[in-house]
This record gives sequence, structure tokens and C-alpha cells, in this order.
Amino acid sequence: MSLESMYQEIILEHYKSPQGKGLREPFAVEVHHVNPTCGDEITLRVHTAADGTIDLSYDGQGCSISQASASVMFELVQGKSVDDGFALEAEFLELMQSKGEKSGDEDVLGDAVAFAGVSKFPARVKCALLGWMAMKDAVSQNIGVGNGR
Amino acid sequence: MLDVARIREDFPILSRKVHGDVPLVYLDSAATSQKPLSVIEAESNFYLNANAAIHRGAHALAEIATEHYESSRAAIAHFIGARPNEVVFVKNATEALNLIAYGFSNATAKFRNGSQLLAGEERFVLKPGDEIVLTEMEHHANLVPWQEVVLKTGAVLKFIPTTDDGRLVVDNLADIITERTKVVSVVHQSNLLGTLNPVQLIGAQAKAVGAWFILDACQSVPHMSVDVTTLGADFVAFSGHKMCGPTGIGVLWGSSEALDALPVFLTGGSMIETVYFDHSTYAKAPAKFEAGTPMSAQIVGLAAAVKYLSDLGMDAIAEHEHRLTAAALSALQQIDGVRIVGPTEALNRGSAISFVVDSLHPHDVGHVLDSRGVAVRVGHHCAWPTCRRMNVPATTRASFYLYNDESEIEHLVSGILAAQKFFGVA
Ligand SMILES: Cc1ncc(COP(=O)(O)O)c(C=O)c1O
Repeated sequence: MSLESMYQEIILEHYKSPQGKGLREPFAVEVHHVNPTCGDEITLRVHTAADGTIDLSYDGQGCSISQASASVMFELVQGKSVDDGFALEAEFLELMQSKGEKSGDEDVLGDAVAFAGVSKFPARVKCALLGWMAMKDAVSQNIGVGNGR
Repeated sequence: MLDVARIREDFPILSRKVHGDVPLVYLDSAATSQKPLSVIEAESNFYLNANAAIHRGAHALAEIATEHYESSRAAIAHFIGARPNEVVFVKNATEALNLIAYGFSNATAKFRNGSQLLAGEERFVLKPGDEIVLTEMEHHANLVPWQEVVLKTGAVLKFIPTTDDGRLVVDNLADIITERTKVVSVVHQSNLLGTLNPVQLIGAQAKAVGAWFILDACQSVPHMSVDVTTLGADFVAFSGHKMCGPTGIGVLWGSSEALDALPVFLTGGSMIETVYFDHSTYAKAPAKFEAGTPMSAQIVGLAAAVKYLSDLGMDAIAEHEHRLTAAALSALQQIDGVRIVGPTEALNRGSAISFVVDSLHPHDVGHVLDSRGVAVRVGHHCAWPTCRRMNVPATTRASFYLYNDESEIEHLVSGILAAQKFFGVA
């Protein structure tokens, strides 16, 4: 089992230059998620724009997998409709729960398929999911509480 | 000098491979130690030849089982310089510390309810504003239970501070441990920082103000000779699984006086004297704290573990670990970008060594080490507030025990160098 099989080049690139990192205004909901076993953290803000698309910003600290995954999540979900954002989350979750059995549909998941190898490491799956879970939580709350601020 | 090559033969798991064919370098004994054959055999022998419910039943096997159980208690007590009736068996140190903490909240609840207190229980009643003193380097097991006590009683928490290099600040103890202090509970040796704390000094101040003094000895009893009667403590807690013993067995030591006064925690069978429909009276310690059918096989296993440790000699073990700790501290500090979180010298320090690597998250360091067979722990090590205090989100921790040797330090070092290279930060 080589290190490269988990730490794909794309993951390392996102880790070194995360996309969309930094909290922005306006936002309707802010959530803070942690991985209690290792202390990785993410703060994520969301509001749904007038056209119903998701507008995200986030900041966090943690390992390469958690930070790169948040960056990839941002690229995929930013500007998408709520339904599309949730569908992506469901697709990524399925990949992460596949224990290395699935490789993911690159047409749907884009860079996120690079995390397929992570699904073989139960201890790291939570890292990969941290940003996604925060997004899902925040967007769900946002739909509940309405638009804007 | 320990003959490590010989000792390793007693721990077959240490020669197994991981990830296919990578030899295991086990540097995670502060989390849990491996078990020698003698312990595994003692536990299985109990099931093969002696198993029966103890202290009950009038048959031969019940007597044999009871004899195993009580002689194990005597051996474990002897190992820590205690009398058998001062040793209470619990699941682990976490349960031991909760048992004491619940003593305080239960006494307080009974008092506020106007219930009759048993002799001595009034000494565990807390009033709003009473102070509980801990340190800034507690394991969650010696922090969260006290936070619960605070919520139930109105007592307040205070902390003995930690310096930037992971030592306790003890020059103004009298300002922290005062007439208002009712409980002082501190970790003997930190599982995160490795610091061995000056507990006699802290205990003396606790006694001077009449406070209870409790020690979390999880990381000291496995690694050095500890005589509980010389530490000035009323209670001492530790876990069997960190000292070559089985999981599921821990010890609460208390002075007879303290155990007699402490209110009961778990109640039910085996801990009673007489039971009526509307009330009960309780057995004497230690039985009054051992409700339900005990973990007999694990207790027998722990007795085998203390025999194993005693045969090697706790002083020899401590000396061996001290040498490894000094060597590992110096090797780690020679790596560019590595910083020790905790004391950087082996003086008054145990073998749990936390460190951070510049620009690398501990999870990633741990992953690279694991790919090379080196087992370390990463994260906050159940001491999250201490990590914040030390200004690190998490650490990588290597910890050494009686079966580790110098060559394993080299594996650790080359693994860290490999991680730096892989992530391009060297
Ligand atoms: C210092 C310290 N205290 C308490 C504990 C809790 O021990 P256990 O998990 O066995 O109850 C540990 C072990 O994790 C520890 O290292």
C-alpha cells in the first residue's frame, strides 16, 4: 500500500492551495464542525442567493485530507442549486463509505474522485467528510431559516 | 539493564507484520500496552480451570475462583504498597475517577434532600463556591467528571497553570489551593506532555487546607515504582491495560479512612450488608464499591501483569525508559522543523513524547509513519484543553515501554524525515 495511492497529487494541490478559503459576508447560517477524535475543525457560512443557488465560505484547520476535501467541496458546490449540492454530498458520502470498492464517477464528482483511496482508511474517512457534513448541515439550516441576512 | 530481545519474546504481537509485510514498531503504549504471554495465559487459565461466580455458591469451584480473586487483590495491593482492603476494582481509571466524583455529587444531593448521611459522608458535601483544583494538563477523564460535579453542586473549578514547556507552576500553590478548596485532583504524569508532576508538594498543600487529594496515576504506575502510601493522596486511580494487564480492569486505591467515608457509587448485588424493601445497608470497602459480578478473569490477568513487571523490576523498567526517552528527545530535536510539546529534557519526565512538525498536520505525519509500520497516536490525546493551552491543535505522540529499543527511535526519525519529504516541507 503506497502513500501515493491515498495522497493523490490532486489532494496535495488542494491542500497547498485551498479554493475559496476564508470567511465572507453576507451569510445566513454559520456552523462549526469538529472531528472530536483528532481536533480538525471547520467553520462554514452559507446563504442561498436570490436565484436559489448556494453561496459558501469556510475556514478551518486540520490535516491535508480534511482541508483538501473542504476545498474540493467548495469548488463543486459553490453556485449550485440546493438539490444539486445535496446530490453531490450523497454521491461523495457513498464513495467514502465504499471501503475502497468504488472509484467514483469523475463526470459527477470531478476532483473529489481523488479521495476514493481514503475510503480504505476508516480513521481518515471522517476527515474527508468534515467539510461536506458542515455544508449539508448549514444548507439544511438555511433552508429552514430562510434567505439572506 | 533490561534484556529487550528476551522480553520481546514474551510479546508475540510485537513480531507481527502490518500492511502486508511491514514489521510493526509499536510506539503507542501510553494509549494501551501490549500483553505478555503470562497475562494472556493467566486469563485463559482462569476460564479453563477456575471459573465460577466468586463470593457466592457453596461449591468447590466457587471457592477456587474466590481464592484466585482475593489472592490477585493481595498481589495488586502489594505492588503499589497498599493493603488488600484498600484496593477497589473498577473497569478503568475513568470509572475510578467518576466513582470519586459521584461520591461528591451524591453526598451533596443527599444532604440537600435532607436525607440521613452515613458516617463520613458529610466530608464529601460541596457548597456553592467550594473549589475543586485541577491542573492545566488533565486527561479528559480527570476533567469532565468534575465539570459535571460543578453543574450539580455549584462548586467551581480552578487550575494549576502550565508553563510553555509543559511544567506545572507550583511556586504560588498557596494562592490556588486555599481554605475554599475541597478537592485537589491532579495527574501524576501527563499522557500528553510526559511531565512527571511534583505531587508530594501539591498534596502537602491540599492537606494543609484540609482538601481531599486525588491522583490520576494512569501514566505513572505502569512505568515506575509507585508506593501509594508515600504520595500524600487519599485516592489513586489507574488502568490495568496500560501496564501489561487486560482491558476492562482498573484500580481505585483509597486509604481505609477515605474509602469508609466515601458514598457508594454503583449499587446492587454484592455491595450490600442487608436489604429491605425500603432501604439497605452497605458492606465495608472495598466490597461496597464493587456492585455486581466482577471481572474476575481480568483481575487474575492484572495480577499476572504485576508479577511480570515486578520480576523485571520497576526500577529497571523506569531506567530503561528514561534512557530511551533521553535518546528520543535528542534525536527528535535534531530534526529541522520538529518541536517537542512538553519538557525537552528527560528529567522528571516519562516516555510519552508529543511533538509537532512544521507545516505538517499530525494526522498526516501519523499516516506516513503508519505506512512504515510505526504505530503512534495523533490528535489531542484526550487532553484537548491542554493542546489549546500549548497552542497546538493536535500532536503526534510516540510513547515507549519496556519492550521498545533504540532501533525503534531510528524508525521514528526516518519516518518523520520521510513525511517531510513526501509533503515537500523539508
Ligand atoms: C493520564 C490518563 N488519565 C486517564 C486515562 C483514562 O484511562 P482509561 O481510558 O483506561 O480509563 C488515561 C488513558 O487514556 C490517561 O493517560
